Amino acid sequence: MTTQGRDLSRRRLLFGGAALSAGVVLAGCTSNEQKPTAAQTKAAATGGNSEPGKKVTIGFSAPAADHGWIAAITSNAKAQAGAYSDVELKSVEAGADAAAQRAALSTLLSQKPDVIVLLPHDGKELNAFGLEAMKAGIPVVNLDRAFPDARAYRLQIKGDNYGMGVAAATYIAEQLKAKGVSNPVIGEIPGIDSLELTQERSKGFADTLASYGLKVANRRPAEFTADSGQQAATGLFQALPKIDALWNHDDDQGIGVLAAVNQANRKEFFMVGGAGSKKAMEDIQADNTVLKATVTYSPSMASSAISLARLIGQNKGMSDLVELQVPKEIVLASETITKENASNYLKLGF
Amino acid sequence: MSETTPTAAPERAAGLPAQSPPVDRAETAKSDAPARLSWWRGDGGEGARRNLGLLATLLVLVVIGILTRPDLYGNASWVWGNTLTILKLASVVGVVTVGMTFVIIGGGIDLSVGAIVALAGVWCTTVATQSYGAGGMIFSALTVGLAVGLVNGLLISYGRLVPFIATLAMMVAARGLAAEISDKQTQVSNDTFINGIASTNVLGIPLLVYILAAVVVAGWVLLNRTTFGRRTVAVGGNPEAARLAGINVRRHTLLLYGLSGLCCGIAAIMLTSQATSAQAAMANLYELDAIAAAIIGGTLLSGGRGTIVGSLLGVIIFSTITNLFAINGLSTEAQNMVKGGIIVAAVLVQQVQFGSLTQFLRRNRATSTT
Repeated sequence: MTTQGRDLSRRRLLFGGAALSAGVVLAGCTSNEQKPTAAQTKAAATGGNSEPGKKVTIGFSAPAADHGWIAAITSNAKAQAGAYSDVELKSVEAGADAAAQRAALSTLLSQKPDVIVLLPHDGKELNAFGLEAMKAGIPVVNLDRAFPDARAYRLQIKGDNYGMGVAAATYIAEQLKAKGVSNPVIGEIPGIDSLELTQERSKGFADTLASYGLKVANRRPAEFTADSGQQAATGLFQALPKIDALWNHDDDQGIGVLAAVNQANRKEFFMVGGAGSKKAMEDIQADNTVLKATVTYSPSMASSAISLARLIGQNKGMSDLVELQVPKEIVLASETITKENASNYLKLGF
Repeated sequence: MSETTPTAAPERAAGLPAQSPPVDRAETAKSDAPARLSWWRGDGGEGARRNLGLLATLLVLVVIGILTRPDLYGNASWVWGNTLTILKLASVVGVVTVGMTFVIIGGGIDLSVGAIVALAGVWCTTVATQSYGAGGMIFSALTVGLAVGLVNGLLISYGRLVPFIATLAMMVAARGLAAEISDKQTQVSNDTFINGIASTNVLGIPLLVYILAAVVVAGWVLLNRTTFGRRTVAVGGNPEAARLAGINVRRHTLLLYGLSGLCCGIAAIMLTSQATSAQAAMANLYELDAIAAAIIGGTLLSGGRGTIVGSLLGVIIFSTITNLFAINGLSTEAQNMVKGGIIVAAVLVQQVQFGSLTQFLRRNRATSTT
């Protein structure tokens, strides 16, 4: 049994050494720091509502992201809170699913923040938490994924998924009309197809195209990642030997779609993106790819949510409106970014 | 009959016959002596027979394609381009599947392959790594893949963790690390050499297809023509017998997972090149694609049997199905259902395939006459 003991300790040494060297290697070559984008915040400088007021503690929770958009949501919220001297942000990790987020939020609730800003994993599943917080007298700002119950939130701020489809289809239809293309072939590359947001985007797209007498020839869903976008686009190109216009729902997966365009050497169509990433805006501005426009779904809504949460906490309204309080619902318009206006939007790109 | 089995069993366990992984021992014992079986019914012919079945499946899929889209299939240049696209689509998963086939034949399983591809891809596209150029990126992807694979191997062989658990833990951990390194962003590759791999054709055939071919040939030689391959079959078939025959089972297991990791590193470079970027969520569920391809290719999930060619055909069948659904504009949900059905059908066919069926009938006749 002494051999067993020696064996074990040797094994431990081996693992310890491996772990240690892995750590050293790691520390050596993974510096990839990203500065929070100052451009997506609103500087707290001049007069009126921006004047430092009563101190507000804002609780914040958003899902841990594997996607650029949600990563931008969290960094925007933090940056905007940092821009105010009278705001303290208490951020809690939302964990992997709705249950984990509920647990994290209940600890947040016990710390009694003045306002809670929350991007839920699932609006339906966290509706009960919204009700609970509101009942406890803490106003809840719901970010992007709506609670079904109107009593569960003080303010709802979200993007317009249906509107994105409408904006993309309108741009495509107008362009095709201007070019005089008859019987155009239109392709679509949505994101994860089982999500409600994807279905809303596709519905807006199809409805608007139908109003112009057009329809989607083929749609190949990807998974919001570049590699899945590349594969979906490659499949689409095989199915449609000639395409006139293509809408890709998401600029992150669009990196892969554009790669597939180059690999297949297809230049006969124009493409519209979605969400509004910085890279997409730069590509549109440079005008050297098939990407000619993108329709926004901007993560800047997180910055706005923090600003409005602060106003709610200080019992103020939006100074340009007549009402003394912040409105209950704000839906951001999906804007169409083209070569002409890209320079205005670049600072909002993520 | 009772004289042939005892000698056959240890010989198999020691891994001496390279091409002849065991059929059911009881069947061999009850049927005629193996020496009297013709090639297509014997052990050696079994892989070949199964691969013919896979080719037939592939042919059926192509015929369905021709019937549903005669307009596209009428154009010869489209057909050639489409064939290359299918192979290109199969290339990344194909490379991963070669590594997976070795691991499964060796009696293990590797659930972390997708995560290793993502980690290696993310690692080689960080700003720091990209500053070293294409050489640095390729080196780091291969090193990360190999290193993570070896950690899997260490945990399983020397740490005595169950492969399922060890690689499941690695799957979660490696994706976590990839998300941490990339700060959850999509990292764009600015290296023209790396990005060019996916868009380069040599003699009209994409470079990615050559890479797949090279890995498949190397894998075939390694499995069928080297001691390493014979040991893999032996270790997977009966680890205890392999140990008694003098094989260092632990070290061999370690090397198998290292090999799988290395394949993931190669795949990471290919996928990064295709997408001209990498992110933590890339290569999503590749572990399931690779395992499914190996299984329908005839690799026994309990180890000890499998062929590289079968796995390759498995991957190509899956990418042909994807292509078939794309050109017909059908939903991916239906596609996934068909893929699931094909996996089940393949395993059922393996159990009731022609050779076994005749053996089964003969056995029944034998028992009824005695």
